[in-house]
Amino acid sequence: MSTETAEVKKSEALLSKRRKGIITDPLDDNNPVTVQVLGICSALAVTSKLEPTLVMSISVMFVVVFSNLIISLLRNAIPQRIRIIVQLGIVASLVIIVDQVLKAYLYDVSKIVGVYVGLIITNCIVMGRLEAFAMGNKPYDSILDGFGSSFGYAWVILVVAFFRELLGNGTLFDFQVMPDAFPKVGLMTSPVGAFIIIGLLIWVQRWRNGYVEAE
Amino acid sequence: MDLINLGIKSIFIENMIFAYFLGMCSYLAVSKKVSTAMGLGLAVTFVLTLTVPINWAINEYVLKEGALAWIGPQFANVDLTFLQFIMFIAVIASFVQLVEMIVEKVSPALYGSLGIFLPLIAVNCSILGASFFMVPKDYTTPVEPIVYGFSSGIGWLLAIIALAAIREKMKYSNVPGPLKGLGITFIITGLMGLAFMSFMGISL
Repeated sequence: MSTETAEVKKSEALLSKRRKGIITDPLDDNNPVTVQVLGICSALAVTSKLEPTLVMSISVMFVVVFSNLIISLLRNAIPQRIRIIVQLGIVASLVIIVDQVLKAYLYDVSKIVGVYVGLIITNCIVMGRLEAFAMGNKPYDSILDGFGSSFGYAWVILVVAFFRELLGNGTLFDFQVMPDAFPKVGLMTSPVGAFIIIGLLIWVQRWRNGYVEAE
Repeated sequence: MDLINLGIKSIFIENMIFAYFLGMCSYLAVSKKVSTAMGLGLAVTFVLTLTVPINWAINEYVLKEGALAWIGPQFANVDLTFLQFIMFIAVIASFVQLVEMIVEKVSPALYGSLGIFLPLIAVNCSILGASFFMVPKDYTTPVEPIVYGFSSGIGWLLAIIALAAIREKMKYSNVPGPLKGLGITFIITGLMGLAFMSFMGISL
């Protein structure tokens, strides 16, 4: 018992500076989508409307946080050689839960989001965070890291979806916001619009941060 | 003729990258040089050609609603569709591991040059995506999933080589600093997607 109290004294605050860093870092400087180039497939595919995008962000958040937690709890028990299969197994089980819940309660959205929910399994953000963080850190830190990364992912895809829905359909969350005379840009509802919007978003973000990629 | 039609359709019209955004992570990360892009593209094509039919067989004979009827009439109502995700990814992950071990034993030189890309393939969403897209298409013979897997892989290969070639030439152009690298690559991909949209509506 005495050692336990000593450990409690040594432990850091619930939201110490380092832990705040774990959450805020992926929002901007180390953003999973625009800086680390992870999870692009779903970022582009589900962003034609705001509603499916929001559902997708919440699903990814659920999967990242819980898989980070589980892997972090198991990290000392997983043999190095088969870790990828173990990680994929846990992620796939969590994704099955998400898929079944969506089918049960949000059937319309789940039809739009379609196979991209299944593709959360191969979303590089999930695998990347497991490999890079959860395999070597304590459970609580891993949860925070999961939240940080998925917020970083969420704001980027929500911004992309905002512009695509506004310019492509003149609506937001299916409410008409633009006047009827507004010329709808059909390109924005197609894949091409997503590529160009995300390219411009990266341009703006890097210009603001003063980051230039080395050749 | 139907098979050729299917092949052309999955290479150009339903291109994995430009129509479905699948496999973007490695597409963006490994497209700086044509030679490495070629290596990864071929490996992806190879894995796709084999995993899509394997997953098709598993889905057809084990997972689909009523698929277990061949065991006995009492299994005719079993529906294991919810296990699709985990079965497909298990096949892909173990297959990639197997390929890695075989290549390591048979040809160490090839292993050296492909090395890091091989495990990456397991988390390339175009592989899992092709298996998911194959399900609602209801193929009846094993030849169709083989053609579908192969030509999807060729479509991916075509896209990554084209992008790598453009990026090699991009070195000589004057791109604004913050747009360099990732930003301009996205915009190029968008323009390439625009070009590929012209294939839409073609039917053979």
